[in-house]
Amino acid sequence: MMTSRIHPLLILFTVLVYIFLMGPLIIVLGASVSDTTYLTFPPQGLTLRWFENIFAISAFKRTIITSLELAFLATGLALLIGIPAAYAINRYRIKLPTWLSTVFVLPILVPEIVLGFSLLKSVAVGMDTPIFLTLLVGHMLLVLPYCVRVVSASLASFDFSIEEAAVSLGSPPVKTFFTIVLPNVRSGVIAAFILAFITSINDVSTSLFLTGPGVSTLPIQILAHVEQFFDPTIASVSVLLMLLTVAVMAIVERTLGLTFLAK
Amino acid sequence: MLKRFAGWWLAGPATLAVLVFLVLPVAATIATTFGEDGGIFAPYIAFFNSGFRRTVLWRTIEISLATTAISLVVGFLTAYVVSKSPGKLKSLLIIAAVFPLLTGVVVRSFAWLIILGKNGILNNFLVGIGAISEPLSMLYTQGSVIVAMVYLFVPLMILTLVGVLENIPDDVVQASSSLGATPAATFRQVILPLAVPGLIVGAVLVFTGSFTAYATPQLLGGERQMVMGTLMYQRAMVSFDWVGASTIAAIMVVITVAVVLAMSRVARRLNPMAT
Repeated sequence: MMTSRIHPLLILFTVLVYIFLMGPLIIVLGASVSDTTYLTFPPQGLTLRWFENIFAISAFKRTIITSLELAFLATGLALLIGIPAAYAINRYRIKLPTWLSTVFVLPILVPEIVLGFSLLKSVAVGMDTPIFLTLLVGHMLLVLPYCVRVVSASLASFDFSIEEAAVSLGSPPVKTFFTIVLPNVRSGVIAAFILAFITSINDVSTSLFLTGPGVSTLPIQILAHVEQFFDPTIASVSVLLMLLTVAVMAIVERTLGLTFLAK
Repeated sequence: MLKRFAGWWLAGPATLAVLVFLVLPVAATIATTFGEDGGIFAPYIAFFNSGFRRTVLWRTIEISLATTAISLVVGFLTAYVVSKSPGKLKSLLIIAAVFPLLTGVVVRSFAWLIILGKNGILNNFLVGIGAISEPLSMLYTQGSVIVAMVYLFVPLMILTLVGVLENIPDDVVQASSSLGATPAATFRQVILPLAVPGLIVGAVLVFTGSFTAYATPQLLGGERQMVMGTLMYQRAMVSFDWVGASTIAAIMVVITVAVVLAMSRVARRLNPMAT
């Protein structure tokens, strides 16, 4: 490979861009451990009391649990209906109309905030569903396109003749799917899970209209809290959210990867 | 029978979910804006007759265009350097771009509140070095919203464009330089045109994302820099003007769909690899 030289100014620019990208996150991290009642950086003193404070505020404790429940359930449901859809789109391509795969592009064309508002009108108010259920529907729709598209992309490179070979050798179709097809698209499923989970846990625009008395999500609670209190608790809860993101990536990669390999 | 329709059985639940919980409700939202007294387009006429709402729409377009333009330039130059970096450094740089992308919008916007606030880090620093005598009010300006939005979208742009730049065949670049083109000419005449489809995809993502954003303009722009997203929330949840909010929703959908369709046509036409 030929390596063309890069102009030193361009390298300097890139360094500045990365400082710009990382700086604000480091500042949040610093502000979260500062032993002051106001947000500051660099931190003055070192304390973890703002992290303790998160759990002293019941609204945070509640919304953390709601957000986790929502993310797991919405991602699980989206994978449950999304994987078969992705399979069908690739396996039965000739028999299914072309508009079918376009259906899963539609959620991308509809702004999230419009989806949230429309669900509020048609489902939450129109059908009088409980708040959590409406949120679950919204989050599931939010992450479904990721699930279908990412799994579909990894199925696209799967050789379906392997599956046919198994079936013709007498393996029942459902068993074949779980023992032959699914392990082969493992990485796609893991990637879809991570993307969907993180999208759900960080979502503001769709949840905005769907939260209600007593039931809210963590990002919406943070937004509400910032407007009243400007203390380091917000920084520490932000750090918690960052850690969660990192943890999900690491845990899913490891556990799911290993158990799938063991099979 | 079951076998013949196997594809439909498998794709059915997901398709139905999208149709019932996305297409229908959104269509219903748009439909309510046409059933009003005073003519079929009454809510739209009301929207465009209001100087305030016109200002909001225009401001949203301005912020989105500025965010898109800055993100394109910054993202492209950075992606170029990343794509040329040696293996290990490259993966590190990619991870460093993925991490902010996976951190939520609220957290990333909140960070800019700490930086740009009246007693924020930037003001303290500038006063500290004596560049200014008293703190500037940087929050709740169009600039603060744009800075935070650029921060939001640059990682997305970098990742989109690194993928595109890596797909440019080495032979093409080598052919250009062996035929005597200077590195700058190769960059301008070979690499840039080949990256155009990627630049368009990135631009569409950033523009539609900023046009419909809520959290960032809410935190950094507040009431003073109202945009379509925050105006829609205010109409729906503060004024309970659901027709007004639905009208804003419809305008957002139309602009998003129009931008996506128009740009995908442009991308197809400008793709130099397509014949």
